[in-house]
Order: sequence, then C-alpha cells, then structure tokens
Amino acid sequence: MPYASEAAPLVSVVGVTKRFGEMAAVDGVSLEIARGEFFALLGPSGCGKTTLLRMLAGFEVPDAGRILIDGIDMTDVPPYARPVNMMFQSYALFPHMSVRENVAFGLRQERVAKPAIRERVAAVLDLVQMGGLGDRRPHQLSGGQRQRVALARALVKQPKLLLLDEPLAALDRKLREQTQFELVRIQEQVGITFVVVTHDQAEAMTMASRIAVMDRGRLLQIGPPSEVYEAPNSRFVADFIGSVNFLPGTVRATTDRGLLIASTDAGLLRVAGAGATPDGAEVTVALRPEKIAMSRTPASRHDNQCTGVVREIGYLGGFSLFRVALQSGAVLRVSLPNAERSAATQFARDEQVFLSWTSGAGLVLVE
Amino acid sequence: MSAVRVVLVLGYVFLYAPIVSLIVFSFNASRLVTVWAGFSTRWYGELWDNDAIRGAAAISIEVAASAATAALVLGTAAGFALARYRRFRGRLLFLAMVTAPLVMPEVITGLSLLLLFVALESWIGWPQGRGIATIILAHATFGTAFVAIIVQSRLAAFDRALEEAALDLGARPWKVFLVITLPLIAPALITGWLLAFTLSLDDLVIASFNAGPASTTLPMVIFSSVRLGVSPQINALATIFVVAVSILVVTASSLTLRRPQR
Repeated sequence: MPYASEAAPLVSVVGVTKRFGEMAAVDGVSLEIARGEFFALLGPSGCGKTTLLRMLAGFEVPDAGRILIDGIDMTDVPPYARPVNMMFQSYALFPHMSVRENVAFGLRQERVAKPAIRERVAAVLDLVQMGGLGDRRPHQLSGGQRQRVALARALVKQPKLLLLDEPLAALDRKLREQTQFELVRIQEQVGITFVVVTHDQAEAMTMASRIAVMDRGRLLQIGPPSEVYEAPNSRFVADFIGSVNFLPGTVRATTDRGLLIASTDAGLLRVAGAGATPDGAEVTVALRPEKIAMSRTPASRHDNQCTGVVREIGYLGGFSLFRVALQSGAVLRVSLPNAERSAATQFARDEQVFLSWTSGAGLVLVE
Repeated sequence: MSAVRVVLVLGYVFLYAPIVSLIVFSFNASRLVTVWAGFSTRWYGELWDNDAIRGAAAISIEVAASAATAALVLGTAAGFALARYRRFRGRLLFLAMVTAPLVMPEVITGLSLLLLFVALESWIGWPQGRGIATIILAHATFGTAFVAIIVQSRLAAFDRALEEAALDLGARPWKVFLVITLPLIAPALITGWLLAFTLSLDDLVIASFNAGPASTTLPMVIFSSVRLGVSPQINALATIFVVAVSILVVTASSLTLRRPQR
C-alpha cells in the first residue's frame, strides 16, 4: 500500500524479534502508533525498549517481523533513507561543528538550498529558544542547552517520526520537570509523532498520550497513562508504574457489587468490578498507597477495614509515606497528603491505626 | 627541598646530563670534544658544508616520510579492524601480529626482513638489491604497529552515537567517515604519523640490515663516523636531531593528550 489515509497508523510494528546471541532483546512485539501521538516506551533497563527504538531508526535489523512507517515497509531500509530522526541519549552533537552547523547537517545532506537552510535552522533554533547561541561549539553549552540543540537537529528535517532515547536522563531534576512540559509544547506545535524511550515512569506519564510497558523483551501493556496506572494487567506493570501493595487471597463469592476475597492479611476484601474469576481462584489484590485512608478511630463508612501499627513514617513534604504492619505481619504502604501544615505530625510511630478503603480502590490481578 | 624533589632531580640528571653535555659541546670552539675552549657555531657551519651528511639527511627524511605515510594507511586500517570488529576469526592472532613489532628485537626484525627481501629477489626478481625502497618497507612494518595501537585506542573512546547521528541525519556511510569520523580521529592520525616518522628517523639497526650502496641514512653516517673518532660536527648534528625529534614528540604527545571535546 503506497499511500496511507489519515486514520491508518503511522508506525506498525508487526511481530518483531531481535536476538543478541542467545538472548532475545525484543521478543515478538507488535504495536501501532498513530499520527501525532506522543508515545512512550517504558521499562526497566535491559527490557528491550532501546533496541526497539533503534530498529525504528534503522540501526538494528529485526531477526523476524516487519516495521512499517506510513504504510511503507522500512524493515531493511538503512537509517539515512528513513523519514525518521533520532535524538540520542548522549545527544551526539558533533564536537567539531558549531551549533548552527550541527543543526544544518541534516539539511545539507538533502542538498537543500543555502538560504532555505539558513532560514529553517534559525526557525528551529528559535523554537527551542537557542536563537542567540548558533555560533557556539557544543562544549561551550550547558547540559540543558545541548539537549535543546540535539532536539533542534532532529526536528529540522521535519521527519514523520521523531525518536527520543532517554531525552531527559542527563538533566538535573528541576530542569527535567520543566523540559517535560517544554517537549510536550514543542510536539504539539510541530505536530510530529514522538516516540520516547524512558525508564522513568513519572516522565512517561507526564508527557505521553500512550505508554507501552515492556519487560524482558516483551510488550506487557499498552494504553493511556491513566489506564496503565489504574488498570494494570499484571503484577509487573502495577509494581513498575508507581507504588503498590499486593494482598494475596482466594475468591470466596461473586456478587453483583463485585468480588469477595478472603485474604490472610486483611480479612474479607470487597473489590468492585466483576471478572471471569471462578470461586476458589487464587488472586492478588493490588492496592495503591494513596487509595487507603488511615484514622485513629474506626471509619464510619467503608467497604474494607483492618487494623495495624505504624512502623515507619517518611515525610516527603507534599505527602507522607507510612509503613503499617498488619496483624498477620504483612506491611502495607499508605500515603497521605499533608493537606494542613500540622498534618505531618498527625500520626506517631507504633500507634495503633485503622486502615480503610472503598471497594473501588483495589484491583484484582489473576496470575 | 623535600626528599622526593632530590630524587626527581637526580633522575633528571641521570637521564639528561649526557644530552645536555652533547648540546653544550656542540658549541665548543675546540676540536677536542672534552676540552671547552669558548663558544662557537663553527661546527654547524662545517656541518652545512658536509655533503655526505646533507645527502644522508635528505635520504633519511625521504625514508621517514614515505614509511610514516605507508604506516599511517596500513595502521589506520588495522586499528579500525581491531576497534570496530570485536569478534572475528583469528582476532587475537591478528592483535598479536600487529603489535609484535613493538616488542620484537630490532636485530630480529632487521634480519628477517633482509632474508625476506633476498628470497623475494630470487623468486620474483623484486626488490632488485637493497636500497631506499627496502628501508621504507622495513620502517613501514614497525611504524604500522604504532599507528594501529594509537588509532585503536582513539577509536575505543569514540562515541559511536556520533556516527549514528550522522547516518540518521541522512549522510551515507562513506560521507560519515569523511566528515565525522576522520576529523575526530585526526589528532590520532597525526600523532601516529609523527611517531612513525620519528622512529624511522632514529632507526639504525633495521636500516643497516636493509640498506644498499646508495641509501645511507643519517644514523648510519653518524655511527660510522663516530667509529673513526668523534668530530664536533657530530655533536652539532646530534643537537639538531635532538631538537627536531623533541619538537615532533612533544607535538605528537600533546595531540594525544588533548581530551576529545565532548
């Protein structure tokens, strides 16, 4: 199919596998990326996300499967002939060229006319707010400035697809947060499809419209940030995205309001939402720390409640983290917002507390 | 002065006193090398008029420049093979063979090359006798080893992402090599060439084995004339040599030490 309609995906990865020796770095991954998306590949180091990105760029050739970009099979097309540009983790700015020459490099390869090059380089440098520094050499720039130049160099050819390999990893925390929003602004402005590789789940959730979670070469879940966070499909995804408590249990009954699950740690649990889970099945209830309420007296309205003892308190400013030991010995992580200035000192160590949560707070994972 | 300083100074004296005295006596007015009779540049003048030495110097420079250039091409290729192809059949053997001339006694290298050239002449009629060409080939052999090691270590520290970025931006592989790789490893190439040049200029043993009647190099002239008694001319020549080689070595090592800009 030589042309593609607007509705067709920009990128189709079909059953792609890449082996390095015995180990499969990417193992039978299929996914589609729509036009204009800000797509994130998320996973721990060594999960294959960078290998997948490098296959999109053309630096690695898959052992099996096809990669289509804009409806055209790009599997065996070399990197210099793909409508794809990449921003490297190390930025890979050419040290023997000025900022302007770095950005112009790609256009010069296309034999764009000199005045047009000058115009486009100036425009893209303005876009990343580096307009005044075109004559500098890369080693005369700060980390944040280099990052902007690398982005400008990748954007200037107006690729159909822009790949970003850990774009913010080399920046300090404050700058990273600011740059996340900046990247989203630029992406919306230029309308190019972005695929970003990151190991930082907060970064992926802030920027991406959809996230693909990978582990050991396999694609585990793909969806918008809220879906991946609130409805993870496996223990790995639940644990990797954010913080989570796992309560193992056995399904006792299925009611019209959800499941009743017997947990050795927290008694009988009520979890909303029905699944095709037969009675007697061994399941795990995943419960996010911020979805648990904590009080000194029993809660008046609740679906689930148990008692415990505060073991540790971590004060993080905006909220506090508590590790609460249940009677079974299991420890639940609970986070409470510090809504008032005195809130931080509300609970003391070794204090007896009541934990409660609604039936909509937990999620049943079958594995 | 601390004890460390004293040891350091003694070390320098041990290493450089002979060279300093050689340089000082090259400006001696007396014909006797051991007696100081006032400052003079007379020997430099006589050296300039000595046709044998000027001829030998020209041959030495021709040999050194040709050998260094040949070593640069071969050594760069070898350095790339070692740095870029981490796994191929016989890589270890290749590494050992490339670096062997660094540790091989010069007498062995010289003799083996001589035997090779003699055998080649009887088999294929080339090279006809020994001369400048055979010395160039011999010097290129060990120069290649030095260039290969320098280029390999430079490439080992090379960020491959730079080449990938250029490919990604639309440059074809040969263009990437010309406009990205080559400029960035240029210091290593210059260093390697200068080192090969210097080593060729200094070499006596290998050159003696492979020289013919019309190919007497400068070290060979010095060595043979010293056997007939030391002339202050040789002091003057040696001084020029020391200065020239120092300049080359300092240039080479300052290029090597310069950190690749990030």
